[in-house]
Amino acid sequence: MERRRVDFREATGRLRLCVRTTLAFTGLVALCACRPAPQSAPAHADKVLRMVPQSDLEILDPVWTTALITQDHGYMIYDTLFGMDASGRVSPQMVETWDVSADKKIWTFTLRDGLEFHDGLPVTSDDVIASLQRWGQRDTMGRKLMSFVEGWEAVNARTFRLTLKEPYGLVLESFGKPGSNVPFIMPRRVAATPVSKQIDDTTGSGPFVFSKDQWRPGEKVVYLRNAKYRPRAEPASGTSGGKTVKVDRVEWVVIKDAQTAVNALAAGEVDLIEMPAYEQYPALESNAGIQMVEPNPIGAQFSLHFNHLAPPFNKETVRQAAMAALNQPAFLQTQVGIPGRYRTCFSVYPCSTPYFTTTGMDFIARPDVNRARQLLGESGYDGTPVVIMQPTDLAIIAKLPVVAAQLLRDAGFKVDMQSMDWQTLVSRRAKKDAWNIFLTGAGAEQVENPISNNMLSAACDKAFWGWACDAKLETLRDAFARAGDDQARKALAEQIQARAMEIGALVPLGEYVRGTAARRTVTGFVTGYFLVLWNLEKQ
Amino acid sequence: MTPIWRFLVQRVVSAITVLLVVVVMVFLLMRLTLDDPAAIIAGDSATTEQIQQVRESLGLSRPIVVQFGIWFGGLLHGDLGESFFYKKTVVQLIAQRLEPTLALALCTIVMAVMVAVPLGAIAGWRHGGWLDRMLMGFSTLGFSIPVFVLGYLLIWLVSLKLGWLPVQGYARLADGFSPFIRRLILPSVTLSLIYTALIARVTRAAVSEALTEDFVRTARAKGLPEWRVVIHHALANAAVPIVTVIGIGLTLLLSGVVVTERVFSIPGLGQLTVEAVLNRDFRVIQAVILLFSMTYVLVNLLIDLTYLVLDPRIRY
Amino acid sequence: MIDLLDSTVDALPTAAAPTAWRALATNWSVRLGGSVLAFFALVSLLAPVLGVIDPTRLDSTNINRRPGVSSAVTLANGESVQRNFWMGTDGLGRDIYSRVLYGGRVSLVIGVSVATLSLLFGLIIGLASGYVRWIDVLVMRMMDGLMAIPGILLALFLVALWRASLGTVILAITLTEIPRVGRLVRSLTLSIREEPYVEAAVSVGTSTVKLLYRHILPNTIAPLIVQGTYICAVAMLAESILSFLGVGLPTDVPTWGNIMAEGRLSFNQYPHNVLFPGVFLALTVLSVNMLGDGLRDTLDPRFGKRGERP
Repeated sequence: MERRRVDFREATGRLRLCVRTTLAFTGLVALCACRPAPQSAPAHADKVLRMVPQSDLEILDPVWTTALITQDHGYMIYDTLFGMDASGRVSPQMVETWDVSADKKIWTFTLRDGLEFHDGLPVTSDDVIASLQRWGQRDTMGRKLMSFVEGWEAVNARTFRLTLKEPYGLVLESFGKPGSNVPFIMPRRVAATPVSKQIDDTTGSGPFVFSKDQWRPGEKVVYLRNAKYRPRAEPASGTSGGKTVKVDRVEWVVIKDAQTAVNALAAGEVDLIEMPAYEQYPALESNAGIQMVEPNPIGAQFSLHFNHLAPPFNKETVRQAAMAALNQPAFLQTQVGIPGRYRTCFSVYPCSTPYFTTTGMDFIARPDVNRARQLLGESGYDGTPVVIMQPTDLAIIAKLPVVAAQLLRDAGFKVDMQSMDWQTLVSRRAKKDAWNIFLTGAGAEQVENPISNNMLSAACDKAFWGWACDAKLETLRDAFARAGDDQARKALAEQIQARAMEIGALVPLGEYVRGTAARRTVTGFVTGYFLVLWNLEKQ
Repeated sequence: MTPIWRFLVQRVVSAITVLLVVVVMVFLLMRLTLDDPAAIIAGDSATTEQIQQVRESLGLSRPIVVQFGIWFGGLLHGDLGESFFYKKTVVQLIAQRLEPTLALALCTIVMAVMVAVPLGAIAGWRHGGWLDRMLMGFSTLGFSIPVFVLGYLLIWLVSLKLGWLPVQGYARLADGFSPFIRRLILPSVTLSLIYTALIARVTRAAVSEALTEDFVRTARAKGLPEWRVVIHHALANAAVPIVTVIGIGLTLLLSGVVVTERVFSIPGLGQLTVEAVLNRDFRVIQAVILLFSMTYVLVNLLIDLTYLVLDPRIRY
Repeated sequence: MIDLLDSTVDALPTAAAPTAWRALATNWSVRLGGSVLAFFALVSLLAPVLGVIDPTRLDSTNINRRPGVSSAVTLANGESVQRNFWMGTDGLGRDIYSRVLYGGRVSLVIGVSVATLSLLFGLIIGLASGYVRWIDVLVMRMMDGLMAIPGILLALFLVALWRASLGTVILAITLTEIPRVGRLVRSLTLSIREEPYVEAAVSVGTSTVKLLYRHILPNTIAPLIVQGTYICAVAMLAESILSFLGVGLPTDVPTWGNIMAEGRLSFNQYPHNVLFPGVFLALTVLSVNMLGDGLRDTLDPRFGKRGERP
């Protein structure tokens, strides 16, 4: 085809029209853009708190998934029977009174007066029992509890009874469990949804109401104050106490790019960033309008997990050689690096929790690359490359695998570090032959005792990712659940730790404390295990 | 049938064929090789058997042909299924995300044309001279900087240091024109730099070529001022190539939209697709790819029809 | 629609060799672009001897050093040397200068590989489609389909399918570029086929292969080279975008893209992480684009006849 040479009035006429229209449009646009921004909300308007959540809210069912964002969502719209305060004590939330029979097998609970769901219906025992039963099918602590349960009974609308086959020491701890999966109380009709399906109905009895029609997945999530919520009288601490809401609306503004989130906070377009990356702390701290707060001083724990089924870590001696090379300070300084925000902790239990002990941790407490090399040689390691999975998009743990790779290489391992996004990692992790090591972090509330810490499970196929298999460890964990008193539990906790280190069930890599970045106009932060949005005020 | 109709029918048939090919390719590729989202949906502490349960409840363990049949059947009814992650239908999700991406794309094209056409015309007029080199160098530079670096720099300069425009986000048109346009300016500028280079280049080529033609010499001999010669005679020649390059560059634009939406936190189709691919949300991926392909085919069809307007000598 | 753009590279009579080369050498775009590109290629090639240390060596004592700061570094063998970090260090304590230099190798390799591979496959597909009717119908539909999907999304999709490694990234970006090359070659083939000398050759009984090789192929070289430079530029940028989206190469293989992706979290405080690789990338891509522009200006004879100016 020939190129066209054009010279005619018609086309130029039309072209001129196009040009003129465009110029006019531009002029209009420029005029509108130059008008000063509308003043922020007239006096009578709602008080809105805007937060950048740690990730996008996708799944609304807190029993279906253990995702932290869904847990956050749950705490907004649901309430729990018991809560845990900042010092680790279980205290009643929806429950008014409770008692235990002399043989410790019958627990009776009475709910507080006047508890209502968002649709106005009262919270009854039937709702509670249905919710707990659904939760108990999924959660590790829940399942353990359910295996002791003889039966449930709704005595009347406000009282229910739990009958056990034998005494179980962690009943209240299970109901007051702060971390995923949380035993949130839902209406009976919602809890009747089979566990294999996600719930659809977001009715709860919590301090906020989820505004489903204002929810834009990937953009924003809107919660309105529940005017009918009756908070407890005690001060808020952890997940217990009075959950008083002091704003009219909370918006979770989803900003995927961490840099953009920080810029938005600096410009005042959002009020909070739930979990900024450590790399951004210097920039945040140097901004006069921003404050860093610590809603969770107890912190969280990094850990490394071996795949016990695939070579080379299917041999215990090779695992031990690797453990000798792992060096907590290296991980912490590189991943966190900010003084005061990390500490070494040579225990599988977080340092400031009741079961902390250093029994059996000498190995980890004194890493030695030469000893590691020696152990590796003795173990008969044949050079199989160690596949370490690295999540590129989770800043909080993205650097750990890089450190692990270097330490293991120095010890003589052949390492193949594979980078991928977190979703791919989660998919790969479920495959028994696709990886050798992955690293992660978990909140202190998740790992503070051997039952709630499902990463300590050695139930082979049913264990945590890595499929650790050890009957002895499982027996010890079971004994812990049945133990009658604190002293017995502590002793068992020590033995569990020692055994876990022998078999390399997991390797603790130290503790870190997350901060939340907020504008200075926001006050009233509650100390506990994670950020909660009640009690917050905006000047 | 008149030539126009025959042409249209031909194009529609070929368009449908292309779309079918795309759809089948993407479907097969995904289901045959991608890890499925069951593990992601089941969550961190799910056991292997729970993941299998999830897989079955999502219909992912059925044979490929059956799955395709179900999806295609739904497609013919306008039902694209529900997202694996969000409890919303795919159609709802896409409808929500359509406005921001469309607004960004249109704003970008308008901005790019407004800057690039004069730039290219001047460069073509002064072909070979220092002005030409400078302008072309400048536009090529815009094409060479990674989009996100440019975005960060602009945000840092315009939003943080100067405080003129918001950092991020998208305000719907229904909520007011001023916030809508203020949030669109920076992302459009960032994105338009790529397009500007393309359009400027094409304009320059067309103008420069037209200026060597006889009719231009005639126009000059007639005593027309130079600017009239360039704009009314030479530039009109560029209309067709410019429109062409807009159509072809559409996929390039959409690529840039993905990054820009992420940097400026605009809840558009680009971000939706990236999340869907990373999440293995098959139904969303299929729907979005179908949508993009349809857009591409449609836009190019429209452009072909625009040629009829711009050049009466074109006949189909 | 596409045909229009293809027609902008009509059948080119093979230019007389000496004039073409001279024109090439004197074109300012080619000279400038070519020399800057050669500079970057040389620097990347000579990286090991340009004062670098191990680009993957973590160093928790030297985190986030600003450019120009000097500090003690402990090497792998245990010795301690004083080193000036010309481009600073990143959040893991790795030397940015070393990473940028080594990163150049990977980025350039990606650019050149993608360009070469897509030209090769595009050529084969285009020649086959232009000459054999049934191949045309079949293959071109697929090519159209591929072209309808935005490049980055297709590449993202493919890299997510396979594991992110040098090979898969190159392959993914190549696949997104092949259709355009294929279309280009196809339209060239189609138009050259109509030329009288080709018809003459056919009537004499020349085999298809010889025809393709002798008459059609030479006329595709020039436009392909031009296209190749643009593909190289696009590929290098695409790699940086894939890294930005989180599906780039693992960070123990530094590329300009993943250095920027890793460093962007601390952009406000430590912009050197992003700016140094960014500038290198931008300048390299710019030089490749200029080279392409220059090649197109010289190899396309219509710009040769630049006629009188007022």
